Amino acid sequence: MRITVFQNVCLIDPETGEIDEGSLTVQDGQITARGTEAPKGATLVDGKGACLAPGIVDWGVKIGEPGERHRESFRSAGLAAAAGGVTTIIARPDTHPAIDTPETLEFVTRRAAEASPVRIRHMAALTKGRQGREMTEIGFLLDAGALAFTDADHVVADSKVLGRALTYARSLGALVVGHPQDPALSAGGAATSGKFASLYGLPGVHPLAERMGLERDLALVEMTGASYHADQITCASTLPALRRARDQGLDVTAGVSIHHLTLNEFDVGDYRTFFKMTPPLRSEDDRLAMVEALAAGEIDVIASFHTPADEESKRLPFEEAAAGAVALETFLPAAMRLYHSGMVTLPQLFRAVSLNPAQRLGLPQGRITIGAPADLVLFDPDAPFLLDRFTLRSKSKNTPFDGQRMEGRVLGTWVAGGQVFGAGEHDA
Amino acid sequence: MPFRARHLLGIEHLAPDEITTVLDLAERYVDLNRRTIKRTDVLAGMTQINMFFENSTRTQASFELAGKRLGADVMTMSVAQSSVKKGETLIDTAMTLNAMQPDLLVVRHSSSGAVNLLASKVNCAVLNAGDGRHEHPTQALLDALTIRRAKGRLHRLTVAICGDIAHSRVARSNLILLGKMENRIRLIAPPTLMPSGVSEFGCEVYDDMAEGLKDADVVMMLRLQKERMDGGFIPSEREYYHRYGLDAEKLAYAKPDAIVMHPGPMNRGVEIDGTLADDINRSVIQDQVEMGVAVRMACMELLARNLKAERGRVAAEAGA
Repeated sequence: MRITVFQNVCLIDPETGEIDEGSLTVQDGQITARGTEAPKGATLVDGKGACLAPGIVDWGVKIGEPGERHRESFRSAGLAAAAGGVTTIIARPDTHPAIDTPETLEFVTRRAAEASPVRIRHMAALTKGRQGREMTEIGFLLDAGALAFTDADHVVADSKVLGRALTYARSLGALVVGHPQDPALSAGGAATSGKFASLYGLPGVHPLAERMGLERDLALVEMTGASYHADQITCASTLPALRRARDQGLDVTAGVSIHHLTLNEFDVGDYRTFFKMTPPLRSEDDRLAMVEALAAGEIDVIASFHTPADEESKRLPFEEAAAGAVALETFLPAAMRLYHSGMVTLPQLFRAVSLNPAQRLGLPQGRITIGAPADLVLFDPDAPFLLDRFTLRSKSKNTPFDGQRMEGRVLGTWVAGGQVFGAGEHDA
Repeated sequence: MPFRARHLLGIEHLAPDEITTVLDLAERYVDLNRRTIKRTDVLAGMTQINMFFENSTRTQASFELAGKRLGADVMTMSVAQSSVKKGETLIDTAMTLNAMQPDLLVVRHSSSGAVNLLASKVNCAVLNAGDGRHEHPTQALLDALTIRRAKGRLHRLTVAICGDIAHSRVARSNLILLGKMENRIRLIAPPTLMPSGVSEFGCEVYDDMAEGLKDADVVMMLRLQKERMDGGFIPSEREYYHRYGLDAEKLAYAKPDAIVMHPGPMNRGVEIDGTLADDINRSVIQDQVEMGVAVRMACMELLARNLKAERGRVAAEAGA
C-alpha cells in the first residue's frame, strides 16, 4: 500500500472552480483524501505553495508511430508530455499508415504502453486511409479502445460519406471529431487572408471557410443525431454557428489550439515557418474572441495539437513548408499567458485542458476529487524562463516559442500516483 | 548618400532617403549606358551569380548586363532546369553556391519569402529578383526612376495600378515604394484579382477603370498570366480586355499628359492595346527597360560598397 501526500499546495479544482490551499492524499493510484494529516510512512511532497492540478488531457497529439518515428516516438512524446504536465495523450490517427484498422490500433496501443511514462490513448480514423471514401470498422475500433473517430486535418469532403459515418457512429455511441474547414475554399492557403497575407504575398484562406465547414458538419449532425466535436474553432465568425447548434440541443463540443489562443498572424513575421499552423494563425481580433469564448465556456477544450516536424520540412519557403508545431512541453507555460493576462482563471484553464476533454471522451481523469485517478501536475504559474528549443524532449524542435520569455514551470508530474517527472518526493 | 541595406530583399526595408540614393546613382548609369563604352570597374574582381528558379528573360538579361557593365564576373544559372529537379533543397543549392564565394547573389523564386530564407543562409549580398507574389524591388525602383524622369518628381502624383494585383509582386513593391514617397495610389482590378485587406494599405480601391483612372498622372498596367484567363478568376480574355484592357478611350479618363507603364512582357490585346503600347508620346515601356539596367547597376554598386565596408570592419577587428 503506497501513500503519497502532497502538502502545502494550492489545489486547482476545475469541477468546483475553486482554489484551496492544503494537502492531497493519494493511495494506490487514486486520490483518497483532501486536507487531512499525512499517515505514518507516507511519502511526502512539499509543494512549497505551488499549484497542484489534474494532469492535462491533451486531445489531438500527433506522434510519428507508425511511419515517422524520426519525428516523434511514443517514448519521446511520453517524456515530453511528462515534462509538460500532460498525463494523458489523446493521439491522432494521421500516421503512416493511418490508424484505421483494429490491428493497427492494437499495435500502437501496445507500443505506447511499453514506451511512454504517461497514458496514451488513441483516436481512430473515420474513413479508411483518411481518404474520405469508406468508413472504417468503427465497431471493432471502439472495442479495441478507440476514443473517438477523426480524419484529423483531412476533411471528409463528400457529405454523403460523412453523413453515413455519422449515422453509423451514432448507433454505436461513437464520438466523431471534425476539422471544420471548407476543403475547396481552404485549399492551398498558407495564411489567413487579409492584410498580412496580402503584404507578404502568401495565398490566403478566408476565415469564413471555417464557418462553412462547421455549418455543413452541424447540418449533418442535426440530420443524424450523432455526437460531434469540432477539433479547432479559431475564428470569431464561426462562433454564432456553434451557439446555434447548442441552442438546438445538438450534442456538439468544440476545441481550440493553444497556439491560436496565444499567437496571431503577425507573429509569422519574416516567413517564420515554425509559425505555420493548420488552420493558419488568425487576426488578433479572432484570437481575443477565442479567449473570450473559452472563458465563457463556449469553447470547451484547449489542446496542444502537437505536430512534430523535422528541420528539413520546415527549412523551406513558407508555402512549401510543413504546418504544425510541437507543443507538449510548452502547452502549460503558453496557457499561463492566458492566466497572467487575467482573461481566464486557473480552474477555468484546467476545465479546458483536463476536465472537459476527459469527460467528453469518457475518461475518469481531469478531476481532483476523491476517487479520481491520481494523474496530477505540480507547477509554479509564475516561474519565468527563456525557452531554448533544443532543450525540448520531443525529437522535433519546431516550436514557435523558441527564444521567448515564458512563465509557468512544471515541477512534477504524476500518473496513477507514480511520479513520471520532476524532483520533490521524500519520505516522512 | 545613405544606403544602409545589407541585402535588397524588398522595398519594405528601404527608407525614402535610401530610395532616392538608388535613383540618383542610377541617373548617372543612365548616362553611362548611352555611351559607346559602357564599362566601369566598380565591381571589378567581384563575382555575381544569378539564380533563377523561375523562368525569366528580361530581368535575367538586365541583371546580367548590369553586372557585366560594372566589371563583375557574372554567372547565370537557370536553376529551374537543374539541381532542384534532382531533389536538392533551396537552402542546399544556396549553400553550395555560397561556398564558391560569390559577392552578389541575384535570386528569383516562385515562392514568397524564398529569397529572405536564402539570404539568411549566405554571407554575400542578396538581391531579390522577384519572389512569388511578394516583392520585386528592382522593378519598383526602375518604375520610380521612369516616373521621376517623365514627371520631374516622385511625390504627390496620382498613380493608378491596374490588373492582376492579387498575384503581382510588381504591384506590391510599387505600392510600398510609391506610398513611402507620398503619392496617391489607386488600385484597379476585377474583385477576383484584388488581394484582401488591401484598403488597409492606404490606397484607393476601384473595380471600374473609368473611375479609377480619373485624373491619374501615371497608369501602370500589369501582366495577366495566361493561366488565370480562362474562367478561374475572370470569365474570358475578351471580357477582360473590354472592361480592363487599356486603350485610348479608357486612357482619356486620365490626365492628358498621363504616362502609360507596363513591366512586361505584354499581352497585346489583353491588358493593353498594342497601338497604345507603342505610342511614344504616352508609353514609357521602353524607357522602363532601359532604366532597369541602370537601377540594377546602382543597387549592385551600393550593396557591394556596404559589403566591402563590412568585410573591412571584420578584417580590422580580426587584426586588432
